[in-house]
Amino acid sequence: MYNKGTIIPGLIIFVLFVTFPIWFNGLKAGDLPKPELPPGGEKKCVMPVEYMRANHMQLLNDWRDNVLRDDNRAVVEIEGKKYRKGLQMACMQCHSNKEKFCDNCHTYAAVNPYCWDCHLTPKEAASKEETH
Amino acid sequence: MKYAFSFLAVIALVLIAGFGSQIPGMQYLFGVVVPYLAIMLFVGGFVYRVMQWAKSPVPFSIPTTCGQGASLDFIKQDKLDCPTKTSEVAARMFLEIFLFRSLFRNTTSELHNGPKITYESSKWLWLFGLLFHYSFLVIVIRHMRLFIDPIPFWLSAIEGVDSMLQIGAPTLYLSSVTLLGGLLLLFGRRLVNRHVRYISLNNDYFPLVLIFAIGLTGILMRYFLRTDIDIINIKNLAMGLVTFSPVIGAKIGAIFYIHLFLVSTLLAYFPFSKLMHMGGVFMSPTRNMANNSRAKRHINPWNDPEIKPHSYAGYEDEFREFMVDAGIPVEKELSAAKDEA
Repeated sequence: MYNKGTIIPGLIIFVLFVTFPIWFNGLKAGDLPKPELPPGGEKKCVMPVEYMRANHMQLLNDWRDNVLRDDNRAVVEIEGKKYRKGLQMACMQCHSNKEKFCDNCHTYAAVNPYCWDCHLTPKEAASKEETH
Repeated sequence: MKYAFSFLAVIALVLIAGFGSQIPGMQYLFGVVVPYLAIMLFVGGFVYRVMQWAKSPVPFSIPTTCGQGASLDFIKQDKLDCPTKTSEVAARMFLEIFLFRSLFRNTTSELHNGPKITYESSKWLWLFGLLFHYSFLVIVIRHMRLFIDPIPFWLSAIEGVDSMLQIGAPTLYLSSVTLLGGLLLLFGRRLVNRHVRYISLNNDYFPLVLIFAIGLTGILMRYFLRTDIDIINIKNLAMGLVTFSPVIGAKIGAIFYIHLFLVSTLLAYFPFSKLMHMGGVFMSPTRNMANNSRAKRHINPWNDPEIKPHSYAGYEDEFREFMVDAGIPVEKELSAAKDEA
């Protein structure tokens, strides 16, 4: 074998790059996130749980487009219950704790939705009302 | 229709994974066994190929010289294109690996009316290649979010920049678009440019089609076919794989298994294909050698150490009589040589 001095270190660097997740995690898979169920005990959402787990971001995006771009604020009625289109007006009425509900999975999956650029969590909204 | 086989092969792979993963109990095969086999083949095969290259001797000093070599003091040396020092070779290699400099220098010859031949700069391969490779790099780095926990800051930053246009939800990644665009352009180049089309083989088309299918299934999974695509379940499987405790948990949609199977195919295929240019770019003697063969003797490793250098003077000493007999001119005449002895 020729040029051992450069090829062997090069191969070691390559293997370290490829196995990055193995040594970075140290063989600890970590806990699965457990989003908190609505503190109020609400059991029904606008859609079944499987749909919400996979598609909630698309639903929220559609609502955002409806309300802000198309001025369509029609109330969504599902099984007799009425929901106004909106993160704070609908979702967070039941899932009131952003940190324990939204962030739980988002942090695990490294998702940084920009909802909170505009929206306030119920906690923040309450503190704003006090100051004004 | 040389490329038709590539399409058929990729379609067959998609069908195998799409239907196979839906048979109960087969998720373990497609989600755990195949990815493990693929990554072992990738790392093992890659190291094997590099070792094979490392064992191959370089008999001659063969750097490609593309500029003025080191000469007299008042002649300016082109240090990047005709390097003589290790540092200059390193700079040349850096530009080659990160900016594909040799493709930037590409020219095309065309015959015009006259007849007149022209040699013009042709940078398409360089541009499309750069587009594709950097998109692919960003995508590979981005996928690390599924394999590590907690997520370091730099990973979120890369993802943030990649999705900065905030189109749709989940947000559109720019690298997804540029990857598919780059692949289409590279594939189109092989079809449109008739010289390249003539020399293109299935092993040129297949990786392009395969990577395109990987990108397409990834995009379909992220934005369109979201049934049973819960990122938490997918990360759970991925984390299980890299911590050697794989679990097949909740149901994951077929599109995920198709994506994973195609990636596994790519990894397994990698070491045995032209994709090994990833390792080969570091191993090319035409790039990684310094053009200093006049200052420093390049020893051919094939040389038998028993065979000593034989100078002309020594040769003439050995054969002088025969040379004189045959009328071949000699530097020292027979009588002069005898006087010396």
